[in-house]
Amino acid sequence: MISLAHYIVLGAVLFCIAVAGMFINRKNVIVLLMSVELMLLAVNMNFVAFSRFLGDVAGQVFVFFILTVAAAEAAVGLAILVLLFRTRNTINIADIDSMKG
Amino acid sequence: MNLPLFQLICFYAFAFVTVAAALSVITLKNSVHAVLALVLTFFSAACLWLLLEAEFLALALVVVYVGAVMVLFLFVVMMLDIDQERLREGFVKFLPIGLLVAIVMLAEMLGLIGVRAMQARVMGADPAMAAGRPNIEWLGHALFTRFLLPFEIAALILTVGIVAAVALTLRERRDARYESASQQVKVDPRKRVRIVKMAAARPDEPTAPQEPQP
Repeated sequence: MISLAHYIVLGAVLFCIAVAGMFINRKNVIVLLMSVELMLLAVNMNFVAFSRFLGDVAGQVFVFFILTVAAAEAAVGLAILVLLFRTRNTINIADIDSMKG
Repeated sequence: MNLPLFQLICFYAFAFVTVAAALSVITLKNSVHAVLALVLTFFSAACLWLLLEAEFLALALVVVYVGAVMVLFLFVVMMLDIDQERLREGFVKFLPIGLLVAIVMLAEMLGLIGVRAMQARVMGADPAMAAGRPNIEWLGHALFTRFLLPFEIAALILTVGIVAAVALTLRERRDARYESASQQVKVDPRKRVRIVKMAAARPDEPTAPQEPQP
């Protein structure tokens, strides 16, 4: 029998994989963006599982909104990435230090 | 084979594919391969959502994510000429700390969740079917009644996203010549052609320059 714990554990594993991806690929902006997408997927997994097991529709509606906002985020993020590559000719985070942060 | 056991086997198969693909997203050397692994992750996650009988969201994940967002990622990755080797610098250096953080975080989460307590909650009847309608009707009814204002705001966010993406990447080339349609429409013929009235006259013979007499 599938229980709630199966889905929650899967969501936790996906989230931790995304966090590890952020640590080990800290030079590549594209992989960082993909790690953010993985984190959102882990959160969505929890929302859908709780919505199903508690019988509440609000969880699935929230996943719908997360998908919408994540699509807009990906579009704007990739546009910024293209602009960055066009002006600086690199997407290496180590080279993007003109603001001296 | 009874249905719950079959569902459990399906869950483990899809969960294994999801986790393996997610691991290859963060470890693959080639960015194009990483995007393709992410596609596989989303696809098997959609299958897992189908097991939860969230059909609309599973199909939306495939259409919106695999169909649109991942294709956008592929476009950008293939368009940019990236030096893959330099981007891999520090991969081995940060691998131990990344793994450490991830494993500690996972252990904390699992401790927090309390796996044993959650296992008591097994999947019952589908709540949508219990309400006497399919999943999409259940979701749509909530979306267009209780959540109508957030729905409209989501549409607004998407519009802002489109405008921002176009405005960021639009560029005007300096060396190209464009014609401005509004300038062409606004032109006044009287400013282009000037009719000059002048008396008919025979042009004078060119006079030789007067040499100053000494």
